[in-house]
Amino acid sequence: MNPKEEKVKIITEEFSENNEVAEVGRQKKTSKVARQKRKKRLPTAGPEEMVSENPHLGGQQEPEQEDSDTRPLSMMSRRGPRSLPPIPSASRTGFAEFSMRERMREKLQAARSKAESTLLQEIPTTRPRRLQSPSKKELETEFGTEPGEKVQRTKQEDDSQSYSRVKFRDSAQKIKSKPPVPPGFPSAEEAYNFFTFNYDPEPEESEEKSQTRNRDETNQEEEEGEEEEPTVHGEHKTVMQDEEELLSAKDAEDFLLGLDHAAEDFVAVRPADYESVHVRLQREKELLFVPSRLTVPTYKKLPENVQPRFLEDEGLYIGARPEVPRTCQNIVENRLLTQDPGRKWFGDDGRILALPNPTKGFPSRPPMLTQEQDIKAELETLYKKAIKYVHRSQHMIGSGDTPGNFQLDIDILGLIFTHHPCFSREHVLAAKLAQLYDQYLARHQRNKAKFLTDKLQALRIAVQTGLNPAKTHKSLDTTQKTINEYKSEIRQTRKLRDAEQEKDRTLLKTIIKVWKEMKSLREFQRFTNTPLKLVLRKEKVDQKADEEAYEAEIQAEISELLEEHMEEHEQKMEAYRAAYQQWKAWKKAQRAKKKKKKQAVEEHPDEEMEEPYPGEEPVKPVPPEPTDRALIEQQVRERAARSRRRPGEPTLVPELSLAGSVTPNEQCPRVEVLRREDVKKRSVYLKVIFNDKEVSRTDSRPLGADFRVHFGQIFNLQIFNWPESLTLQVYETVGHSGTTLLAEVFLPIPETTVVTGRAPIEEVEFSSNQHVTLDHEGVGSGVPFSFEADGSNQLILMTSGKVSNSVAWAIGENGIPLIPPLSQQNIGFRSALKRADAISSIGTSGLTDLKKLAKWAAESKLDPNDPNNAPLMQLISVATSGESYVPDFFRLEQLQQEFNFVSDEELNRSKRFRLLCLRSQEVPEFRNYKQIPAYDREIMEKVFQDYEKRLQDRNVIETKDHIDTHRAIVAKYLQQVRESVINRFLIAKHHFLLSDLIVEEEVPNISILGLSLFKLAEQKRPLRPRRKGRKKVTAQNLSDGDIKVLVNIIRAYDIPVRKPTTSKFQQPSRSSRTFSEKRAASPTTHSPTHSSDYPLGQVLVRPFVEVSFQRTICHTTTAEGPNPSWNEELELPFRAPNGDYSTTSLQSVKDDVFINIFDEVLYDVLEDDRERGSGIHTRIERHWLGSVKIPFSTIYFQAKIDGTFKIDIPPVLLGYSKERSMIMERGFDSVRSLSEGSYITLFITIEPQLVPGELVREKFDSQEDEKLLQATEKFQTECALKFPHRQCLTTVTDISGKTVFVTRYLKPLNPPQELLDACPNNPQATAELVARYVSLIPFLPDTVSFAGICDLWSTSDQFLDLLAGDEEEHAVLLCNYFLFLGKKAWLMMGNAIPEGPTAYVLTREQSHYLIWNPCSGHFYGQFDTFCPLKSVGCLIGPDNIWFNTQRYDSPLRINFDVTKPKLWKSFFSRSLPYPGLSSIQPEELIYQRTDKAAAAELQDRIEKILKEKIMDWRPRHLTRWNRYCTSALRHFLPVLERSRGEDVEDDHRAELLKQLGDYRFSGFPLHMPYSELKPLIEAVYSTGVHNIDVPNVEFALAVYIHPYPKNVLSVWIYVASLIRNR
Amino acid sequence: MAAAGPSVFLLMVNGQVESAQFPEYDDLYCKYCFVYGQDWAPTAGLEEGISQITSKSQDVRRALVWNFPIDVTFKSTNPYGWPQIVLSVYGPDVFGNDVVRGYGAVHVPFSPGRHKRTIPMFVPESTSKLQKFTSWFMGRRPEYTDPKVVAQGEGREVTRVHSQGFVTLLFNVVTKDMRKLGYDTGPPDTQGTPGPSPPQGLPR
Repeated sequence: MNPKEEKVKIITEEFSENNEVAEVGRQKKTSKVARQKRKKRLPTAGPEEMVSENPHLGGQQEPEQEDSDTRPLSMMSRRGPRSLPPIPSASRTGFAEFSMRERMREKLQAARSKAESTLLQEIPTTRPRRLQSPSKKELETEFGTEPGEKVQRTKQEDDSQSYSRVKFRDSAQKIKSKPPVPPGFPSAEEAYNFFTFNYDPEPEESEEKSQTRNRDETNQEEEEGEEEEPTVHGEHKTVMQDEEELLSAKDAEDFLLGLDHAAEDFVAVRPADYESVHVRLQREKELLFVPSRLTVPTYKKLPENVQPRFLEDEGLYIGARPEVPRTCQNIVENRLLTQDPGRKWFGDDGRILALPNPTKGFPSRPPMLTQEQDIKAELETLYKKAIKYVHRSQHMIGSGDTPGNFQLDIDILGLIFTHHPCFSREHVLAAKLAQLYDQYLARHQRNKAKFLTDKLQALRIAVQTGLNPAKTHKSLDTTQKTINEYKSEIRQTRKLRDAEQEKDRTLLKTIIKVWKEMKSLREFQRFTNTPLKLVLRKEKVDQKADEEAYEAEIQAEISELLEEHMEEHEQKMEAYRAAYQQWKAWKKAQRAKKKKKKQAVEEHPDEEMEEPYPGEEPVKPVPPEPTDRALIEQQVRERAARSRRRPGEPTLVPELSLAGSVTPNEQCPRVEVLRREDVKKRSVYLKVIFNDKEVSRTDSRPLGADFRVHFGQIFNLQIFNWPESLTLQVYETVGHSGTTLLAEVFLPIPETTVVTGRAPIEEVEFSSNQHVTLDHEGVGSGVPFSFEADGSNQLILMTSGKVSNSVAWAIGENGIPLIPPLSQQNIGFRSALKRADAISSIGTSGLTDLKKLAKWAAESKLDPNDPNNAPLMQLISVATSGESYVPDFFRLEQLQQEFNFVSDEELNRSKRFRLLCLRSQEVPEFRNYKQIPAYDREIMEKVFQDYEKRLQDRNVIETKDHIDTHRAIVAKYLQQVRESVINRFLIAKHHFLLSDLIVEEEVPNISILGLSLFKLAEQKRPLRPRRKGRKKVTAQNLSDGDIKVLVNIIRAYDIPVRKPTTSKFQQPSRSSRTFSEKRAASPTTHSPTHSSDYPLGQVLVRPFVEVSFQRTICHTTTAEGPNPSWNEELELPFRAPNGDYSTTSLQSVKDDVFINIFDEVLYDVLEDDRERGSGIHTRIERHWLGSVKIPFSTIYFQAKIDGTFKIDIPPVLLGYSKERSMIMERGFDSVRSLSEGSYITLFITIEPQLVPGELVREKFDSQEDEKLLQATEKFQTECALKFPHRQCLTTVTDISGKTVFVTRYLKPLNPPQELLDACPNNPQATAELVARYVSLIPFLPDTVSFAGICDLWSTSDQFLDLLAGDEEEHAVLLCNYFLFLGKKAWLMMGNAIPEGPTAYVLTREQSHYLIWNPCSGHFYGQFDTFCPLKSVGCLIGPDNIWFNTQRYDSPLRINFDVTKPKLWKSFFSRSLPYPGLSSIQPEELIYQRTDKAAAAELQDRIEKILKEKIMDWRPRHLTRWNRYCTSALRHFLPVLERSRGEDVEDDHRAELLKQLGDYRFSGFPLHMPYSELKPLIEAVYSTGVHNIDVPNVEFALAVYIHPYPKNVLSVWIYVASLIRNR
Repeated sequence: MAAAGPSVFLLMVNGQVESAQFPEYDDLYCKYCFVYGQDWAPTAGLEEGISQITSKSQDVRRALVWNFPIDVTFKSTNPYGWPQIVLSVYGPDVFGNDVVRGYGAVHVPFSPGRHKRTIPMFVPESTSKLQKFTSWFMGRRPEYTDPKVVAQGEGREVTRVHSQGFVTLLFNVVTKDMRKLGYDTGPPDTQGTPGPSPPQGLPR
């Protein structure tokens, strides 16, 4: 016990130490208390305040004060309360009246005396304690509120009340009469008091009061107990008053010093009092309690006279306590002890009650890697090639894992035979002995008997404590019940223990017996085979103690048995009594019945049947015999003698050793030597069978003399199937003869938790049923033998043994066990196999399912107190207790089912929902669907029809639109590619860049700044205004009509002029023109034939331009002459498909802008010449002269198209000829006149300017070498730095979306043989023919197919299969052909008009370079001014790329000699040599001949369709067809094809004139590559032939299709209108 | 049709762009426009508007008052794409250039009745300090390509903004046939009382 002085010291220490904060807090509190006290002084009378205040003071101080001071005081007083009654009373009275100081002093004194008495107390003077003990004890054992406790508590209250009564007898009355103040703002202490102290209900109190009143005087230690109710009232009051009044410090001081209360009558002026630190400290000491840090002795924490009881020692399970520092525990213990019902917090072992440590012993998070390098290694990604999923059997693990990733380690340590044919008799015994010994060891280790004995002991103690007479007044039935339970348990345990002890004893006996047998055998055979040796060690015991214990045990048992028997007897007696009563009653009834029967037999004969008892009559019960003590004692003693060690008998400990020596061979008899030799000959090996397949085998090892084989081999099985069976086969080899299969050993498949390193070594037994008889000492196997000489007592032993092995899952290099996931079907049978192991029974996956786990725990009757099961049980208890359970797994869409307000089928059936879904998926048909109806019924089925049709059509090839099936297939294929690619990039569309969202001025560089400065000085209205860039508009918030296409038509050159139909053909034939001439372009020399025939004296030609776009037509005014100048702006509205103005949609607009040039011809239709003077009656006819076609996509991407274009004029233009005005030629434009053909100067743009969709910013994956890719990037950035506007191409995307180095596309490829054969000795002609062939493959811009996506390059075979492609594909194919022809050819990337960035082909002839346009088949000399190619970016050869680093990029001004590094920067150079990249082109192109019949059929169909179309276009007029003319034209078309549209005009004209002399004729052949029907129709429509509305007009239309290999078709359409001349 | 119930519901919004709090700026005007889904169509009123230029009040509130009326009616079949009003405020900077002072958007209130909304306004930030300076100097602050961007979530992750001030809006919302189409947006107290209900509650 701590003496008082010590405590005080500690308090002061605490103050001086670190507890300043606490101190401040305390000071505040005290000062507050003081203030409260002061306040009350002024207004009200003294006594009343005193009453209200003093309790309050007590209330404030009590918690601490009682803890620190009064408690020890009370202890002291408790010691000798009866002998020293006046001291406490004295101190009591002093409390209020004395000053604080005095009080302190007194307390110190009291403490000192207490300390002294404590010392005295060490000798147990238990008398006073006894008084308390019954109730105290109850406090400890039962943790509820006990009557005893209440007694104590109310007692305290009584005391305290009486205490206050002593002090303020009169005022107490007043307080009580005062109504309780409603609770205001209780301080923390108050709250603490309120919640921690036990307020007993009022009625009980009064009841108890009477009981306890008499004890008041004696139990003085309770006096200091708080006076709760007055405290609370008082406190409230003070709080209230606190707010009302202000007080002077002096008053407070007066009060504190305990001065007289008369002071309030007058005001005394006094100097401010200084409250010295010392005083304050003193006061604080009084108020505050600081618990000691010293260890509390155990006896203080326990009830008196009770020894600490350690449940753990009694075999009960106690969870691990949480770790708490010793000092903390001490502090808490001290605090608890000083508190009121302190002891209830302590357990039987004298420690604070605590739940088991709740923290998990093992981390649930995977262990963090400590080393940083390791973390990096974890994060490092490894590239692995994708592996194709191959479907395997059901046991196959998910496709994600690579097979063979799992590993099973089988460690085969060795083999021990427990019986073998070669065993000698001694061996048999030895094996038996060893087995028994093993058993003994196992039993010894478990020591069940001891465990049970201990348990018995514990139970007995429990019963005894339960039967403690002191407790009898407690709830009787419950105790009785538990005691009964205990007793039954004791009985069972005793039986078990007896059985165990008996077993132990018999085992020991057997061991000794076997050993004796062995010894005798050894003696008999006079040699020793085994080194076994048994030693029995005696352990002396203390005779007397042993005997005592023995006797005590027997006595205990006897008494228990007796009791048991008594109980039994009692029960039996009870039963007997009951039975007897029954019997008696029955007898009576019987008697009565008999009487009755006698009377009733006559009347109710049938009733008799029911009357007798169905069963036998109750026998008269025999009273049970009382038990005889002597008898029981005898039984017990007998049993004890049988199963137990006699008292004083030494304990025998057998020890088996291999210390014995084996007799060497020489000393053995022959049979034994033979046996030993036989053993030596034998060897054993094991086969490892996995899933019924042999996977490996051990080495063959000789059998040792001790019949042990050591292998020590580990087999790592790389598996990918879940193991179904794992077997070891034991094979034995005898000498050199064959091997025999001894036995199969089935190994259990390890649990998933068993991994290498943690696997225990297991011994698996096996046995074989083979029969072996041997001719030597060996006993054989499966045959009877005997130890006895007479052959009696025969034994049959089978070969058997044990394999020690361990099977475990391997651990991968990153610590992950290589275990295949559990397959479902395995769980079933394995659970039957092992029931005891939770994981094996429900599987590891079951561990997450706690319900399952709990069920399993209940089923298998786990011992909840077993420390091994503790975490499991805790988990289960947490899991099953309800809300507190938080699953530590995550389930996606856990409650999806609950949130589904309608079933999925119903949802799918809803048309509206479907429509909404499709729209949000941006399915093209629904992307811009507006106002989806609110009800299903308002949605028409036909809304989906198109969409569904499209889905269906995906696989069905339709030939309606596509006359040619092949093209239909291709179209379908293209469509699919397009769709897949578009889907792939739908996401990319939703990626935004800052520039998409925010308009921000770029940071101006110096030049811009300079320019802007310069601008300040600029003229406001310069004479020559420069065009300003327009603001670009993102195409997202546009609608129909917002966008317009502006076409500015400036002028045209060299328009063909009319020829008088009557004029005779006089021109010389120009067929002699040669190829070289063409370049030299000799001007035609014939003079203009002046057309005097024209009735109205018209000029040569009156051309006008008509622009049609999306079926909107605008035209210019009519100009005159072959070189007209219009300078007009035409405005055409633009409509996006589906009203979708998104970038993607705009990019895929396939419409073309047609610019047609017509000649306006006026015909006089006046029938009568007489009217000529008064009226003009003319008819306007327009004759198509030529056209320019510009795709919208070009305009969209180029933003503007500005330049002079060659007008596409048909090779034959009936009625027109190219006229040369000499004046013009000599004029300004002599350069242009050099060429043939007509030109038009145009400017086309879109208003407002649209932002073209940028290329997709995603990087494609590539199979190119990483280094090469880096080099390409470097090369490109370098080039872009120098010449940002020059195109530099190194890598392109192939059709499957992979990046490919561009030179891989170039490789000599064979053109169709047919073309090569056409003109074998004219290479130039062949080249032209090849170029023409390439140009006949239809052109389909990539940007249309793959909107917004960069160019996709298809290889030449793909290109030919698709029969569609853009410039690159054409150029690549042409270049490859030229390479095949032995030309030096390059792919030339540059800018052309009107295509924009494009690809041309450059070839080198002997002395000069030729530039080929692959799409038109035309070629130009390097210095041809009309070459559409305007700039050259780079050249690509089959093995290198050259970037143009010259100053100029116009082909006219550059040098094409790529060997000059100053002019051309090459990609592969000395620093990066050409690695020899393999081409992605095929080895050879294979061409099929096109079916001529199919072509002819197609030709007929096209003709028919076109004719129908023309008739459709002329709804108001009759369309007549001139068959004669048609046939003539049809004849003529093949000629045109043969001559490739050149130089036939005049012959043709002559011929036609001959045939159709009296017709005025206007018509022309159109030539196109065939792709679809639509462009043909479009082209015919654009010529406007059908627009003639002369009443007697006739039409002629002929179609010719010339098939080239590989289904390349050249289509000629000849359209003409004829008007009969009169 | 009438028997089958309405196929569209109507949303009438009127109210006004009341005032703004832009502590640093003066002489501002504002534009508003509506952004709505594909199922919506304006049937009456003005979808867009541009207000007068207002100067700060001289009192302590320093409020910029426009009291610019909004009056528009939409019809729709689907509440998806409920109209949002997008506001953009402009005003002159120190050099007299007209620059944007704030963007903001808010959904038109769902429930009928009078609603007051205060929208925080923000402007896009320049991408760098230098740009910030030049844009200030040149009077070409970064702007959204389209003010309607602020009504959508897509692509906003690439932008940075800073806040500028507040605009207070007043909406009076009237809906028609919403309940008939199964959309209940009314406040709880007015639910089920389409009009002045008879005093003796009829069984519903």
